[in-house]
Amino acid sequence: MKIGILINEGPYNHQASDTAYLFARAALARGHLIPRVFFYGDGVYNAGVYANPPRDDRQILKRWTKLAREQEIDLVVCVAAGIRRGITGEVLAPGFRIAGLGQLIDAGMHCDRLVTFGD
Amino acid sequence: MNPDETGAPREPAKKFLLVNRRAPWGTIYALEGLEVALIAAAYGQDLSLLFLDDGVYQLLSGMDSTEIEMKNFSRTYLALEGLEVNKIYVETDSLLRRGLTEDLLAIAVTSLSRDEVARLLADQDVIINF
Repeated sequence: MKIGILINEGPYNHQASDTAYLFARAALARGHLIPRVFFYGDGVYNAGVYANPPRDDRQILKRWTKLAREQEIDLVVCVAAGIRRGITGEVLAPGFRIAGLGQLIDAGMHCDRLVTFGD
Repeated sequence: MNPDETGAPREPAKKFLLVNRRAPWGTIYALEGLEVALIAAAYGQDLSLLFLDDGVYQLLSGMDSTEIEMKNFSRTYLALEGLEVNKIYVETDSLLRRGLTEDLLAIAVTSLSRDEVARLLADQDVIINF
């Protein structure tokens, strides 16, 4: 099954990005596909390259970059939500790209499920 | 790119439902949810909007956000009709519990009971909630 993911909350403050990541990994392990993860609202902060959490904590940003590279997941940061919050091309971590909300609708159109992580 | 410009054959539209559950002010969810509605409408999908819980406050007419220095995006809901977004639902209980009635809302809506909301949800392909 093709499963699209929407993340609406930022890292560390909220568990949405953690749960989405663990969900994605579990789904992939069972043979499902995750074509795209769309970051919206405060979710765009997940893509900020300057995140530098303590070494003994989980590395939310690096986990996404690694998973995307291994599984060819399209990590898309909403351009409007990003600009509003200072997440632009200059501060974007590897593996992410910036695009419009149309990419969220496109995920809904072309995936079998669209799963939201947020409040 | 707009899917109409690709020259590819049109795919059948999916049923998208955007569920709006939060008050218009205090958090950004209402505004960013509305932005998703506008784009979904542009993509020619079979779009419905549902307002429930504090989300019904989003549709109140005559809101003025000047004093809290927030952009008053509430007039944007009026643009939905022009985008042929006509399936706009509110949950009746959510209005009643807040002492609101349909005539206080800025746009025409269809009121649904809890059971009808459940059927609406069950009928969708894609549900996004804010």
